[in-house]
Amino acid sequence: MNPIYVRRRRTDIVIRGLCFGAAAFGVTWLALILVTLLYNGLTGLNLQIFTENTPPPGSTEGGLLNAIVGSLIMTVLGVGIGAPLGLFAGTYLAEYGRNDKLTSVIRFINDILLSAPSIIIGLFIYGAVVVPMRGFSAIAGALALAVIVIPVVLRTTEDMLLLVPNALREAASALGLPRSLVIKRIAYRAARSGLITGVLLATARVAGETAPLLFTALSNQFFSLSLNKTMANLPVTINNFVQSPYAYWKQLAWSGALLITITVLALNIGARILGAERTAK
Amino acid sequence: MAVESNVVDAAGPYDRAKALSAFKLGDLTFYWITRLSAISVLLILGGIIISLIVGAFPAMKEYGLSFLWTQRWAPSADPPVLGALGPMYGTLVTSFIAMLIAIPVGLGIAIFLTELCPQWLRRPIGMAVELLAGIPSIIYGMWGFFVLGPFLANTFQPFMIRIFDGVPVLGAIFAGPPSYLSLFNAALILAIMVLPFITSISVDVFKTVPPVLKEAAYGVGCTTWEVVRSVVIPYTRVGIIGGVMLALGRALGETMAVTFIIGNSFRISSSIFAPGTTISAAIASEFAESDGLHQSGLILLGLLLFVLTFFVLAAARLMLLRLEKKAGK
Repeated sequence: MNPIYVRRRRTDIVIRGLCFGAAAFGVTWLALILVTLLYNGLTGLNLQIFTENTPPPGSTEGGLLNAIVGSLIMTVLGVGIGAPLGLFAGTYLAEYGRNDKLTSVIRFINDILLSAPSIIIGLFIYGAVVVPMRGFSAIAGALALAVIVIPVVLRTTEDMLLLVPNALREAASALGLPRSLVIKRIAYRAARSGLITGVLLATARVAGETAPLLFTALSNQFFSLSLNKTMANLPVTINNFVQSPYAYWKQLAWSGALLITITVLALNIGARILGAERTAK
Repeated sequence: MAVESNVVDAAGPYDRAKALSAFKLGDLTFYWITRLSAISVLLILGGIIISLIVGAFPAMKEYGLSFLWTQRWAPSADPPVLGALGPMYGTLVTSFIAMLIAIPVGLGIAIFLTELCPQWLRRPIGMAVELLAGIPSIIYGMWGFFVLGPFLANTFQPFMIRIFDGVPVLGAIFAGPPSYLSLFNAALILAIMVLPFITSISVDVFKTVPPVLKEAAYGVGCTTWEVVRSVVIPYTRVGIIGGVMLALGRALGETMAVTFIIGNSFRISSSIFAPGTTISAAIASEFAESDGLHQSGLILLGLLLFVLTFFVLAAARLMLLRLEKKAGK
């Protein structure tokens, strides 16, 4: 055979092998992480985790109840504040300001905020909320999460509304529906599953966020529902327990990590199923 | 009947005017609610910049530009001596090593997924990559602390040290006592973390290549590698660079994956197996217990990080936008 062919074939086979190797390498690392997480998390998972508060140093009795409740409260509050803002902002970008200069500026800034380091958001909320309020608080934590939610929801809302065919809007306008009702009754309904997808993705994103909570909500060893005091939450609790010298605390950290991962994966998969439904239609 | 139609006639115009004005009011309110929400995004960015500058101001006044090249970090000295050189070095080195590992592997996986993989495997692997991009970074950090760190310290580093012992530059890079906590461990975890980002963006970008182009190349007898090298990569170059810079932005600002295993040491060492710190790790581990000038110095570090990532991310977005325009979106 022609030596040039031989060389080209050989290069091709080598590169294909390397790509295959890369895929195997990547998948192995990631599988390794999930397997250790499952193994270590499941050994400590029991009912106690959901019924008892975090233990004091050295104790081997206790669970993560206060941290789980705190995380739930702050996530719900964060999404509750951030999602409507993101939704409305996305609506403006997609419905009112399609060819606006303002829209392209906002879209650009939003894309940057979308991947801005979350610890910077923590610093921002510390300066803007914690210092004026003279203390760490759950509400500061929730606001930090809300700032992370807004760009995610805004992005998906805009993308989803742009997918709604214009003929639908024109038909509704032709029937005499005012603009705001065209958006609320027609565009929102047509894009509903996509909008929910965005909110789910944003929830998944903030459910495991640690850095912005480190110095906004701090953490709390006790059960607390008060919004203007520090509040326990899973990510910061894990952060504190991992670096502790106590074996039981480390065990709890693994269990907490498993809980977070399962929640995040479930939210992501839910969002994906909803998204797939939309494209199938 | 007649009476009723009279009622409708009488009520009609009045109700119509009322309904129309209600519509108008509703329209206007809704418009302004959405517009103000959209503007709030700009306010958030402005708020971030202002609050960082205000918080960092005391440190800026105290240290000036020398903050950038002072290596000493002694917050408890009197007066405190603070310098950003250590964390900046750590941030850049860990991100650099992480990208060095993650770019070829991530692109390899993307090529595998778009060109080589059998159809039935494509969805599961693609889905797995997407899901892994969503796992919170603290999980990666924990894994690095409990699993990867010990493995590297006990197995990998002694091996590398034995191999490169006596080799001029490499010898110094790998020298030093093996440790759980080092720049290299942090970089490796970062690489594993940004891998899914690079892969999923590259896959998206590779999909924008018109099939006709690839088919034409295969038609004249190109091998898979030649198609990738001469058609797919040139066509998507801007997008790939954009994706890589997006991942770089993540790596530079990543906090929780790094904090546990970097060792939080502000000294710069020639060995990558020595402990170090990054800007985000320094903030995460010291901020809650800091006050006064120390805290202001940490906020100044945050401001540096924000400026750095802002430019990287802005460049990334501009590049991705260019590709989108090309794809005719």
